[in-house]
Amino acid sequence: MNILQFAVSGLLIGGVYALIALGIVLVFKATGVFNFAAGHIMALGAFLAYLLMVQVGVPIWAGIVIAVLVAALIGILVERLALRRLIGQAHMSALMATLALAYFLQGLMLAVWESKVLTLPKFLPTGSVTTGLVIDAELLWPFVIVMILFGAFAIFFARTKVGLGMRATAEDHQLAQLKGINVKFVFALTWALAAALSTIAGILLGHRLGVSIPLVFVGFKVIPVVLLGGLNSIAGAIVGGLIVGLVESFVAGFFNAWLASIAPFIVLLIVMLIRPEGIFGQKRIERV
Amino acid sequence: MQPCGTFNVDYARDMAILRTRTQWVLTIGGLVLLFTLPLYLSDHLLGMINMLGIMIVAVLGLMILTGYAGQINLGQAAFVTVGAYASALMTTRLGMPFWIAMPLAGLSTGLVGFIFGLPSLRVKGFYLAMTTLAAQFIIPTLIAHVRTDITGGGRGLTVPTPHLGDIVLNSQTAMFFVIVTVVVLLTFIAKSLVRGPIGRAFVAIRDNDLAAEAMGINVFRYKLLAFFVCSFYAGIAGSLYAHWMRFINYDILTIMDSIWYLGMMIIGGMGSITGAIVGPIFVYALDQGLTWGANQMGGTFATLPATLPAAIHVMVFGIVILLFLAFEPRGLNHRWEVFKAAYRLTPFSY
Repeated sequence: MNILQFAVSGLLIGGVYALIALGIVLVFKATGVFNFAAGHIMALGAFLAYLLMVQVGVPIWAGIVIAVLVAALIGILVERLALRRLIGQAHMSALMATLALAYFLQGLMLAVWESKVLTLPKFLPTGSVTTGLVIDAELLWPFVIVMILFGAFAIFFARTKVGLGMRATAEDHQLAQLKGINVKFVFALTWALAAALSTIAGILLGHRLGVSIPLVFVGFKVIPVVLLGGLNSIAGAIVGGLIVGLVESFVAGFFNAWLASIAPFIVLLIVMLIRPEGIFGQKRIERV
Repeated sequence: MQPCGTFNVDYARDMAILRTRTQWVLTIGGLVLLFTLPLYLSDHLLGMINMLGIMIVAVLGLMILTGYAGQINLGQAAFVTVGAYASALMTTRLGMPFWIAMPLAGLSTGLVGFIFGLPSLRVKGFYLAMTTLAAQFIIPTLIAHVRTDITGGGRGLTVPTPHLGDIVLNSQTAMFFVIVTVVVLLTFIAKSLVRGPIGRAFVAIRDNDLAAEAMGINVFRYKLLAFFVCSFYAGIAGSLYAHWMRFINYDILTIMDSIWYLGMMIIGGMGSITGAIVGPIFVYALDQGLTWGANQMGGTFATLPATLPAAIHVMVFGIVILLFLAFEPRGLNHRWEVFKAAYRLTPFSY
């Protein structure tokens, strides 16, 4: 009984991790940059939603839409102003640039919203559904939304021209360009999509936990998710997210909370030792 | 680049850290100035220099691992914490003197770094960076929760004051001499390490690990060695920190500090020991300047929220790193080299 209960909560929490992981994977596949600022963009998105819904006072649905659009714009700006300059430089430069961006965004959030915990208006059903198991509605609805988004993305990548172009770019920049795909546009679009996804994740998390700067640490927790699933696998993002959610939930349930907080990183160490490319990742054979 | 008329006439001179008489004079003069600083500076400034010295030690280690051997380390702050705890526990629980505890703290942190370097057998580059990131999150949490009867857990740990014979080193001035001596010594060791065969092996691995392997360098062994040296430096930095602050906690340093160290290294210039010294000085001076400016601003405009100074300070740091990455990826050291080449060649243009 307990096991089932932990499993259900773990899976539901894992859904949101998967969404943030998807943002990181998209950017990595297309541009080869690991975005350490994902958590910060996510928190910024949640703050934007708060700004619009509470401080400006637009209707909730409009707040969400505008926040997502603004975040997408920020994503494009980040790509255009910071990361495009670093194309062709060492891998580490891009990595450091996203870390520096994370720093900048943290300062920005601290400057505008200070270190308070803000509450978003509740737009999803709260309380819990009890059908033998207790399912927190505030976990269930975000999970449903995440799964719908994943479905939409699957269709987007399989059917639409833009989606196919993004996949082609992820395969090989030069070949994609030869086929007439605008690689710069794809880069910008990827960052915009990733920022939008992070913002949705941030709003969903903020809805349950409140909006505050410590949300950014969820971004670090997602790194094990991405590596477990495989850095360049979209399916891996879902599976990795759910597994890390499960692990966290089980460790918290059977052991204690502090061990749960580092459990994702222990998973990460194990993955690095046993199967560095992740569950679905592409294996690059190069032994030194 | 050598100035006109200066030649390295033998191999020893080519390898020497200080090649010419002018360099000797400048270095000795600089050291004399450095060690007489307490005569001219206030305690407050000396405290800042002490903090800076500790950062330099941590960044020197990182420079050897990341700047020379090319292995990204996102967990240097955690290794510094390990060093601080190792040293504090050896002095409080085992009653060792600080002078023995410091090198031992370096060695034990070196071992911890060695363990986190082990995955480099299988993974490299970005993936390896991830294992050090895991260290950054796992180590402080373990310190806070495992065997809290020894480590003090979340309450922290009070560290005894070090003493030399009968002299108790409890002032900024006294610790200044300890820290600066260690910094000078470790800088010399780092400089010697990177100009010798080990340093060249590191550089070979950084530039192309396959080629390095083909040249007969045992890549795995040298990577582990780089991890060991890096964590050894971190351990010494931690030990100095513990005995300088005389109180430590599991969260004295966070992931943000690890990023700071990397940022300092990049701003200083990757792959140069000078960069590992110039970078922290530049960043710390910027940091202190910003704090001062933000406080001034807070004093003038009392209506501003209290978090604003901290926020501006974080934002500017992020922007400075971004600007350096975009416009001066080779760091301040590269600027300095360009400047040196220019004045050595004057009045000729090439």
